Amino acid sequence: MAESGGRDPTQFTLRELAQQPTEIARTLVAHPYLAVRGLARSALPSHWDLAAFVLLFGAFTLIALAFGQFNAPLATIERAGIDLHPSILPWYALRTTLRMMAAMALSLVFSLGYAYVCAYSRRAERVLIPVLDILQSVPILGFLSFTVTFFLGLFPGKVLGAELASIFAIFTSQAWNMTFSVYQSLRTVPEDLTEVSRSLRFTAWQRFRTLELPYAMPGLIWNMMMSMSGGWFFVVASEAITVGNQTITLPGIGSYVATAIEHRDLGAIGWAILAMLVVILLYDQLLFRPLIAYGERFRMDELPPAVEPESWVLRMLERSRLIQWLQTLWLGGFSRLRRTAKPVREKKPPRELPAWTAPALDLVWYSAVIACATYGSWLTVHYISSTLDWSEVLRAVELACITMLRVVVLVGLASLIWVPIGVQIGLRPRLAAVAQPLAQFLAAFPANLLFPVAVFLIVRFGLNEDVFLSPLMILGTQWYILFNVIAGASVYPRDLLDAARHLRIGGRLWWKRVLLPGILPYYVTGAMTAAGGSWNASIVAEFVDWGHTHLQAHGLGSYIAQATADGDYPRIVLGVAVMSLFVVAFNRLLWRPLYRRAERLVGLED
Amino acid sequence: MGETESALAQAPVQNATPVLEARGVSRAFARPHGEPLKVLEAVDLTLYRGEIVGLLGRSGSGKSTLLRIVAGLIRPSAGSVKYLGRPIEGPPPGVAMVFQSFALFPWLTVLQNVEVGLEAQDLDPEERRARALRAIDIIGLDGFQNAYPRELSGGMRQRVGFARALVLNPTLLLMDEPFSALDVLTAETLRTDFLDLWMENKLPIQSVLLVTHNIEEAVLMCDRVLLFSSNPGRVVAEIRVPFKHPRNRLDPRFRQLVDDIYARMTVRREAGKAQVLSIGERLPEISTNLLAGLIEALASEPYKGHADMPALAQSLALEVDELFPIAESLQMLGFAEVAAGDVHLTPLGREFAEADTQARKKIFARQLVTRIPLAAHIKSVLDERPGHRAPAVRFLSELEDYLTDNAAEQTLRAVTNWGRYAEIFTYDDATESFSLVEPETENV
Repeated sequence: MAESGGRDPTQFTLRELAQQPTEIARTLVAHPYLAVRGLARSALPSHWDLAAFVLLFGAFTLIALAFGQFNAPLATIERAGIDLHPSILPWYALRTTLRMMAAMALSLVFSLGYAYVCAYSRRAERVLIPVLDILQSVPILGFLSFTVTFFLGLFPGKVLGAELASIFAIFTSQAWNMTFSVYQSLRTVPEDLTEVSRSLRFTAWQRFRTLELPYAMPGLIWNMMMSMSGGWFFVVASEAITVGNQTITLPGIGSYVATAIEHRDLGAIGWAILAMLVVILLYDQLLFRPLIAYGERFRMDELPPAVEPESWVLRMLERSRLIQWLQTLWLGGFSRLRRTAKPVREKKPPRELPAWTAPALDLVWYSAVIACATYGSWLTVHYISSTLDWSEVLRAVELACITMLRVVVLVGLASLIWVPIGVQIGLRPRLAAVAQPLAQFLAAFPANLLFPVAVFLIVRFGLNEDVFLSPLMILGTQWYILFNVIAGASVYPRDLLDAARHLRIGGRLWWKRVLLPGILPYYVTGAMTAAGGSWNASIVAEFVDWGHTHLQAHGLGSYIAQATADGDYPRIVLGVAVMSLFVVAFNRLLWRPLYRRAERLVGLED
Repeated sequence: MGETESALAQAPVQNATPVLEARGVSRAFARPHGEPLKVLEAVDLTLYRGEIVGLLGRSGSGKSTLLRIVAGLIRPSAGSVKYLGRPIEGPPPGVAMVFQSFALFPWLTVLQNVEVGLEAQDLDPEERRARALRAIDIIGLDGFQNAYPRELSGGMRQRVGFARALVLNPTLLLMDEPFSALDVLTAETLRTDFLDLWMENKLPIQSVLLVTHNIEEAVLMCDRVLLFSSNPGRVVAEIRVPFKHPRNRLDPRFRQLVDDIYARMTVRREAGKAQVLSIGERLPEISTNLLAGLIEALASEPYKGHADMPALAQSLALEVDELFPIAESLQMLGFAEVAAGDVHLTPLGREFAEADTQARKKIFARQLVTRIPLAAHIKSVLDERPGHRAPAVRFLSELEDYLTDNAAEQTLRAVTNWGRYAEIFTYDDATESFSLVEPETENV
């Protein structure tokens, strides 16, 4: 008892970790594809997944139908005249960051609302959670064409439409895992705390403010930060986009790079990369770290964390008198507000409803869902088949197989490189403390800024594009493997390492029996993120330009990119649908079962 | 020589090569600033065939460090360790270890866990399997071969730990508090099972080195007990246990020996009254509830202010490692005196026991400021500062001149808790700073 406080944090056993789910959640990068693990227990897709799938693509088709077939060209947004002079880059960087923040605010509101509905309505949960699960497997860059069309249609000829389209694209890259995190937290609020809040007769708002929000906070903050890191890629991709005959160029780092590519200006690309590095560094120091450190205080468990998250910014804010004074002022105002608020009224007991109400509502709700799903599938199939024939579907599947081959090979190669390195780093706490933030930083850096450099080299040396464009897909996402493996190795129990050394286990046996099984859940998380990200990145990586030189690799990514450039909506719908199917299948048939198995073996579960 | 009689022999074979010989072993850990911290100083240890030797001491006495040095997991900073006459470099073959936390690989079944040590030795798979099954059989794990550790109870897990060690046919078995993570009943079953196997000579082991902080366990199992002092760890006494197995805990001579060892372990504080603590004195993290609880227990029947520590520990179901720090805290604060295995309340302690909450806080505050220099120091710094506020880092870095980082943090936490109870200062975790007034009162 006296010892419980002062233990060496490296001495936690896996069993203890198992009893500290938040401990895991913090080190293990909570991943959207895994977040549903409490829910979808079976590996095979359920009928709800099917319903979700057709519902979604029905909606996409509707949008495509509504806007895609307008032959009248919408007012094209002029190229705002992107200036390649480096001095204007800070301004562009600011615009890019603001877009990011707007999307984050939107994601926050969305995730809280959506998760709330799912957590409190079983009927909604049945449909909305699978929808969310599919949504996060849909390649965001494939979305772009739909959203751009939609928002430009809402505000014809206005920059606002284009801005909203870009923000929405970033939103779609951020919202889903945050929503899952909140949903998961709401579902797992400890029973005793819920009972306390009921016996204290909290209002819904009080319960949210004092119980649910703080409880969801650590997970939400962590996922926000992960989302932001991933978001830079999409903010860069969504600023300069051409759909059919419409070209959007919003002032920002992304369009700066696009313009530089057009002018074959390698120097300008260098400046853009530098600007992005600075932006991410600032974001990391001013936002990411303070927020993570702040989130620590909402943790439920009482064990000290392995590495206490520290942030000089947060510390400065907390220590500063000015901030303290402002806080007092704000708190004072708030409590006055609360004091003037009316006393909680007696809750009226809910009126007794006849027993048949619930089944009847069920009937109405589920038939509505089924009807919509049927209509959605009919619409999608009809839309695609009216313009395209089955050979086109076959071609898309064939191309998807090529891209899949790339993803598998690349994830394999990246694993061979980063797993041994990550393990070596993770087992050395001092080194890990330096390397971990670096890997996170690299993961946040939008790899598409580096594409032009690679393309320049490919053009210069006349390399095979089918082979040499492939590494671009994993350029930005390989770091997820690295930092998850580092995280896994750094929480690997000391006593097991001692036991292995004592039993003189070395060489291959050490990897096979001792280390790899222990970090498997972490590795799977990283590899899955890397694979998912690579599918997404294929849309930009298989289809690149350098001035007027155009490079294209065979694959589903370039198929979608080509269709987007041509404004060919049926092909976009087809391509995105096929890619989503592949990603979903991969997650369901490979990653999730693997993760669950690894998790059971390591004993993270129960 | 004498393989068969080794385990039966009550008097160890002294003239043969010792199984283990450690001379002048020290271990110090480097610190970023300040002198290296000594955890083990000039320890001698000889282990003969047929012996179970116990290393008994409080946490922080370096006994686990010594065990890990013998296991070849860490190197001594000075001194030599020889196993069967050869110096130890890395884990020596023939030495097996049982861990306090079991240290089983969770992803391997019972059989695989037992086998994995043999796998490292490149044995023929069939022989490997046969030996593993035999060890599983001896240790009483039959039927659990393909269970995963998470499916087993603590006791069964530690049996796997034993089987994994025994399958290696070790000459020397090292045990690092192997029963302390188990409940009382299970621990006792495992101890007697192990002793039965040992006495019936069913084990290949020739000697055992057992680390423990449980005095009764040491007297129950060992032929010799080395008593360790803390900070730095030194051997202060060697005690022979002259009883034959199976031993009876209720035997008066057994009880007497336990009492003796208690007395020796409390000897360090005997000069209690005169001792002046320094700012850097390590404070145990003992809650004030526990302190008050022990004072009340001591003040009431049947103790009436005076108790024998082993009896007290037993009636309160506390381990030595739990009872000692509480009693010592009481001594530091002047509420009790600890000497020769006994503890008795001072008049102040009695006064505390009778007082109500507010009066208790007053007494406690007075004692804290006069007896614990660190508390007095924090209070005076806060008194002097204009804002009556000081960051915790300031005191932490002062403490780190005397203590390890962990001990410094623990000490600061301990004094924070006591200070809060006494209401002499308070601590705000968000800003990590001490202050004289409650933060809430500022805002209202």
